[in-house]
Amino acid sequence: MVKVEFLGPIGKAPVEMEAATLADVAEKLKEDGTVKEWLPKCAVALNDTMVSDLNMPLKDGDKISVLPPVCGG
Amino acid sequence: MELYSGPLDVKEIFGRWLDEEAESNYGAYIPFVGTIRAEDGIEALSFDIYEPVLRAWFDAWQERAKALGAVVKMAHSIGDVPVHTSSYVSAVFSPKRRVALELIEEFVEDFKANAPIWKYDVKNGERIYAKDRSTPMDGSGLLA
Repeated sequence: MVKVEFLGPIGKAPVEMEAATLADVAEKLKEDGTVKEWLPKCAVALNDTMVSDLNMPLKDGDKISVLPPVCGG
Repeated sequence: MELYSGPLDVKEIFGRWLDEEAESNYGAYIPFVGTIRAEDGIEALSFDIYEPVLRAWFDAWQERAKALGAVVKMAHSIGDVPVHTSSYVSAVFSPKRRVALELIEEFVEDFKANAPIWKYDVKNGERIYAKDRSTPMDGSGLLA
């Protein structure tokens, strides 16, 4: 199982799911209409490191963070 | 990197940073202060931060500055920050002014684009995500 957390204004509780790669996570998240709307503008971190490869293999206990558009300062 | 609940004590932070580097032989110290402006009827801005990724982002900047013989520092607020107070300060110290002038611009711009911080307007006590002023981070859309 991996854990997916939704940061900032997405306002959704974390979910756990079975996933071998980030592509699997993407498919499952698209089943949630509210989350699907956020995804085109969201970046992704795996265990707190920013990632850019959907084929990244996942292991049990991994944490995936979904980061919506930012505005610090 | 320093994170505080509520508005920053700008004078204390800048004074302390000056003291910290007093003997470091830097010729230039260039500070930046972000202050909350009164506009659109807001009482305050409010901020969420994802600290693990912010620290990694800042550490990468420290390495970049170090390669140029410089140091970057920053402080940011978490939670509500009333108008006319400050939520963000940063600074670059470098041996000569040119490196610090260039780095402070790049650092502040990359901060706006890629630091994992979310901003909300506070109106009538309600937090409203500043969607139109927010920027997707580098690499956004991976899961879309």
